[in-house]
Amino acid sequence: MENNTVNIESKNSFWASVSSLWSGLMLSLRHIRKATKRRNQAYISDKDYFAQKEGLVTLKYPYEAIPVPDNGRYRLHNEIDDCIVCDLCAKICPVNCIEIESIKATEEIGITSDGTKKRLYAPKFDIDLAKCCYCGLCTTVCPTDCLTMTKVYDFPEVDIKNMIYHFTDLTPEQAREKQLLFEQQQAAKKK
Amino acid sequence: MVALLVCLVVILGVVIALAYAERKVAAFIQDRLGPTEVGPYGMFQAIIDVVKLLQKEDIIPTVADKNLFRLAPIIIFAAVLAGFAVVPVSPDLIASGAEVGIFFLLSIVSLDVIGLLMAGWGSNNKYAVLGAMRSVGQIVSYEIPAGLAILSAIMICQSLNLQEISFQQGILLNQFAGLENEKNYLFGLKALQIDVTQVGGITTWNIVRMPFLMVSFIVYYIASLAECNRAPFDIPEAESELVAGFHVEYSGFRFAALFLAEYTMMVLVCLVATILFLGSWNTPLPNLGPLKLATWTTSTPGTIVANLWGFFWLMSKVSILLLSQIWLRWTYPRMRVDQLMQLCWKILIPVSLGMVLLAGIWRLLMI
Repeated sequence: MENNTVNIESKNSFWASVSSLWSGLMLSLRHIRKATKRRNQAYISDKDYFAQKEGLVTLKYPYEAIPVPDNGRYRLHNEIDDCIVCDLCAKICPVNCIEIESIKATEEIGITSDGTKKRLYAPKFDIDLAKCCYCGLCTTVCPTDCLTMTKVYDFPEVDIKNMIYHFTDLTPEQAREKQLLFEQQQAAKKK
Repeated sequence: MVALLVCLVVILGVVIALAYAERKVAAFIQDRLGPTEVGPYGMFQAIIDVVKLLQKEDIIPTVADKNLFRLAPIIIFAAVLAGFAVVPVSPDLIASGAEVGIFFLLSIVSLDVIGLLMAGWGSNNKYAVLGAMRSVGQIVSYEIPAGLAILSAIMICQSLNLQEISFQQGILLNQFAGLENEKNYLFGLKALQIDVTQVGGITTWNIVRMPFLMVSFIVYYIASLAECNRAPFDIPEAESELVAGFHVEYSGFRFAALFLAEYTMMVLVCLVATILFLGSWNTPLPNLGPLKLATWTTSTPGTIVANLWGFFWLMSKVSILLLSQIWLRWTYPRMRVDQLMQLCWKILIPVSLGMVLLAGIWRLLMI
């Protein structure tokens, strides 16, 4: 039972207090003295991340930045040439930040870089990055790997409308034209 | 009039520099960089901050007692600023050579308490009231050890006039009207028969004239920290408990006034500590035989050079004290209210009472 109590030896004598106050002051003075040095900015996987014990830690961000890890998930990018407009990303998105409209093509419009045939135009492929929660689900469901998360994380905007990224490669006129072509083809089929 | 202008410009300059130094020293102690953007090494950060505050909206809460709320920052700033009236900045420059100097200073600075209470009560905010109550309790308590520590220095100098006290602590002793035949002995002891009147420098500072004044100086220094609500006695502002204490509702110009008053108070208490204990505007270098260090670094009173030397030595000593206040703030944790009161009433007051007694005895040995 005698081991259950912890005796912290209390030093309440005057000189013990003075020396403890003094050592506190010396501790902060040591940090001031070493304030001329700066720590190397290293990512946590770096070998000497914990080896640096002194120097200033501040990262002067806009001027310096630590590298983003390879699996970092930041701004979305859609390679529209590879996109088959399957809408899977929009469906899985938990915050509904992707909006897609599609127009059926009258014929095969090409193949993606992994060999999938493209049959749909995307007159609208908008990602509202102000809503995006960076979960990365859309990139995992993308069948052609055209939707990816890049390492760009610094993209603030003054106007929040600019946070909506438009990835379509069609102008509204082109889109209308494609729509018209499709309708004509459908009408021809019915006859 | 010159002294007032010098005082105002110098105070503002020192306060701005102090606010910058505070942030830089804090940053270095905590392994940060501090301000870096505005000007070289972020030097103009404090100026920009004040300019920003002046542009901001002056918000007065609807349920606040508007007159008290508006008046409080002005009273606080005026009370602290008035204290500078009797502070000598060099052998010839003093706004008011009042004979009751230090007594006036102590009493006018006490008005600060009323301002704090007005600010806290007028805000109609529980944090502000709590902060103001703590602040007033603390300042009123700590004025006693501070006053007693000052009293022990005054008993050695036999004067309340801060300029006379300044002249006593250097080689210009006999130049002050009424002190022509005075002599400074080493450690103030006439029995030693070592005349240091013309040696000057550190040997005639009050803490050497009466070595035990070092204790008084420490007591005064601790009490002065509490009087300007500095850490480790910053319980009136205790960010983690009271948001900001008595000035939580203030914004814009009024906040700037409170902020500047706080830093001005720091400068004032350091000035008083320097004048009473650390030789005021006198040089720390003594005359050693043919090396007339004290004479060289004092120059002939009445000339511009002499005033510049006096100002330089005073500000150097004050800066060191100010830096030490910052250093303490970023080293020690905040004390609890009961610890604060215990330190004041059970330790500092008995010690300073003992010092008053000792100073009285020492004064008898000096004549």
